[in-house]
Amino acid sequence: MHQKTIAALSQALHSKAISSVELTQLFIKRIKQFDQQLNSFITLSEVHALQMAKTADKLRADGKATALTGIPIAQKDIFCTAGIKTSCASKMLDNFIAPYDATVIKKFAEAGMVMIGKTNMDEFAMGSSTENSYYGPTKNPWQTDCVPGGSSGGSAAAIAARLVPAATGTDTGGSIRQPAALCGVTGIKPTYGRVSRFGMIAFASSLDQGGPIAKTAEDCALLLEAMAGFDERDSTSVDRTVPNYAATLNDSIQGRRIGIPKEYFSNDLDPIVSKTIMEAVKEYEKLGAIIKEVELPHTLLAGPAYYVIAPAECSSNLARYDGVRYGYRCHNPRDLQDLYQRSRNEAFGHEVKRRIMIGAYVLSAGYYDAYYLKAQKIRRLIRDDFEKAFQTVDVILGPTTPTPAFKHGEKVNDPISMYLADLYTISVNLAGLPAISIPAGFINQLPIGMQLIGNLFDESKLLNIAHAYQKVTTWHEASPEGF
Amino acid sequence: MEWETVIGLEVHAQLATKSKIFSGASTQFGELPNTTACAIDLGFPGVLPVLNLEAVVMAIKFGLGIEATIPHQSVFARKNYFYPDLPKGYQISQFELPVVKRGFIDIVLDKDTTKRINITRAHLEEDAGKSLHENWSAQTGIDLNRAGIPLLEIVSEPEMRSSKEAVAYLKAIHTLVRYLDICDGNMQEGSFRCDANVSVRPRGQTAFGTRTELKNINSFRYVERAIQVEVERQINLLEEGGKIIQETRLYDPDKNETRTMRAKEEANDYRYFPDPDLLPLVITDEWIASIRQTLPELPQQKLKRLIDQYGLSAYDATILTSSKEMAAFYETAVSASNQPKLAANWIISELLGALNKANLDITTSPVSALELGKLVSYIADNILSGKLAKIVLEALWEKEGDIDTIIAKRGLKQITDTATIEKMVDDLIVAHPEQVAAYRAGKEKLFGFFVGQAMKSSNGAINPEQLNQILKQKLA
Repeated sequence: MHQKTIAALSQALHSKAISSVELTQLFIKRIKQFDQQLNSFITLSEVHALQMAKTADKLRADGKATALTGIPIAQKDIFCTAGIKTSCASKMLDNFIAPYDATVIKKFAEAGMVMIGKTNMDEFAMGSSTENSYYGPTKNPWQTDCVPGGSSGGSAAAIAARLVPAATGTDTGGSIRQPAALCGVTGIKPTYGRVSRFGMIAFASSLDQGGPIAKTAEDCALLLEAMAGFDERDSTSVDRTVPNYAATLNDSIQGRRIGIPKEYFSNDLDPIVSKTIMEAVKEYEKLGAIIKEVELPHTLLAGPAYYVIAPAECSSNLARYDGVRYGYRCHNPRDLQDLYQRSRNEAFGHEVKRRIMIGAYVLSAGYYDAYYLKAQKIRRLIRDDFEKAFQTVDVILGPTTPTPAFKHGEKVNDPISMYLADLYTISVNLAGLPAISIPAGFINQLPIGMQLIGNLFDESKLLNIAHAYQKVTTWHEASPEGF
Repeated sequence: MEWETVIGLEVHAQLATKSKIFSGASTQFGELPNTTACAIDLGFPGVLPVLNLEAVVMAIKFGLGIEATIPHQSVFARKNYFYPDLPKGYQISQFELPVVKRGFIDIVLDKDTTKRINITRAHLEEDAGKSLHENWSAQTGIDLNRAGIPLLEIVSEPEMRSSKEAVAYLKAIHTLVRYLDICDGNMQEGSFRCDANVSVRPRGQTAFGTRTELKNINSFRYVERAIQVEVERQINLLEEGGKIIQETRLYDPDKNETRTMRAKEEANDYRYFPDPDLLPLVITDEWIASIRQTLPELPQQKLKRLIDQYGLSAYDATILTSSKEMAAFYETAVSASNQPKLAANWIISELLGALNKANLDITTSPVSALELGKLVSYIADNILSGKLAKIVLEALWEKEGDIDTIIAKRGLKQITDTATIEKMVDDLIVAHPEQVAAYRAGKEKLFGFFVGQAMKSSNGAINPEQLNQILKQKLA
């Protein structure tokens, strides 16, 4: 049962082969059995989940079920959940219980999904390995001495180990796609503004976007349709009809133009990764797609621009964690300065502090123009690159990451090399585009991810093209041994 | 050396919206601490601001009221600093692109001198909460009810040259925001606040001197005094060979002095940047036009009309247009009396004085505009002398009844019957033979004595013109 996709589970629930309560119990049992090895969950909300499952079963009995009703889902611990701890994997919020649900949480609840728990992540979504968590690192189920990627590493690892059939992630510079790639699962980062950010704890507001992680593009289509849509509580969400993503999944991709950016296949790319991706390209040719080379000349500037803009916004977004109203407060502060300094120093991890400092620096008087403003100009150039490319192709294809999963501890003390793990993903956030990562092969039993990037609001096209590949390949069906 | 004062004002007007600028929480003043602050105002994790368009409409109204440019696009920016009553660690404000740019307001200085003060900009921002240091030992209470209340910060050019001009400007802005119904103007409750940038320079010098900023001077009187003492301090310091330090100073009304609050070196680097949670604010010409249609007659327009229509001085017209209610009172009194100048005089010199003394204002005046109008018409028609009218006004104030009842009850009607006046004058002449003789011998000053005696014996009821005429005749 745990190997089934959401689509198949939905069928099983519909045919009464299993109830939602039974399904929920099954996954809770798996989490209890296996998560000690992985540490993919921060909070398991068993009682709450069984209640929701009961409600879902009742909805189904009353004939009010949707395709997602009764399906368990894990939420990244960055989405606020009323009454259940939302820590953002930080000591700062270890005691924080929001009095409200994030819009995404609300929407999944309305669809009848069963929230089973909150998944581990890099603290405040800052990182690419889920090693920066107050609750300890998450392990990659394919090789537990490797990282699962990050920051949504808990969600990706839990899906890979089949501890849950659906999960959410958030993606600021690759935090859905990179862990999906490293864990051999499917994850889509929607167009900026497609999914409400209300109740999703902010890292870098102009880049953050929530999205689903699951086994297949088809599952992602179902989940995305439930979570997307305009939200009057998020001014940056876009008032635009949400398409029926599932309806176009099986459209023919004959004649679809797939762009291959030569900048993504430079010498820095692991040749085996390169070879793997080129094999996927061949599959697409077989399916009737037209392969074209495209240029994204400013690709190499994305990293520097991203590591100015994201820290700048983070330095401001995280200023609210001051020990005054909620969250961690140091013991016996001497005065106000001491309260601020010790509360923040004792509760934030190294990576968070590093980014706050970089961010404060690039925004400070005298440096603003040289860093922040310049980075915004680069952002414009990157968007223009994509705009130009999408005049000739439907989607852009490349590797999600330059290498497969790396070992725990390997890059912790080398932030720059850690940042390079986001090389192919960050320009997508800077441009606000949708992109999906799907499994495309293995190197030494470690999954390789392929990224498809779409034009603004072209999620339907992305999911269709990803699904077409998954119909003729089995990479996404592979699951790690021992779980 | 002769010194010139240079003043620029920053006014913070709380906009009278029902809910806060970025949340749905109530803006009601005086509620229990932290009961009108929601998760958004408290800066909880994951919450997002949504702009209240009512605040934007009010800002546009203000822009139209000062004939300003209203850019098609303005941008909200974050002003980053740590303070316990600033929940998010930043204030959402506007920095490079404000909602209102370049306008002006004309101020009336004395009888007929007006001066145009240019307004650099006005921008929207959220108010912070309040830190309460009283009633807490070694602790500070935080009340976040005020956090998120919309503010319009109005920044003038440094074009005022005296504390008197500064007050006139502040009053003009105060009048305007109340005409527009965008701010209740309550300075005590802090819904209309003012900071002043003050510097001095030798007269004739074009470069500005080093300025200091006076914070939170919360009454018209304190603004005037604070600027005066600060100017004196600066001049004394400079004349003693000292240097002005650019800093923020606090005015202490009890000691009537300003003192250092923080020096420029301690000032924050606010690290402004565009708020990524809010889209640029787009204002179309159509929107501006539709708001323009809702504007009331503005103080400057009303002022001009009162001068043109009723022949008032700019000074009197300024007083009579200082609030919408005042102007309405005046115009009602005029339509009841058809005596614009007399009505203006009686309101300004009699009624406002009495109201001031009683700590009342025109909206709580015990004497209504219609009553005042009728009183003025009785004066014009010689039914009441000025002196009698004052007695009637006092009686009206005390609610002794309507004007005619008061006149009848107190027998206050003016004596205009010639025979009666002649009889009274005859009696006077008989009663004061010595003074009559002296007057007739050339001591013309004594004429006043006879007028006084006649008025005294008639309780001031004799028509003064007739009395003069008859006295002159009979004493000749």
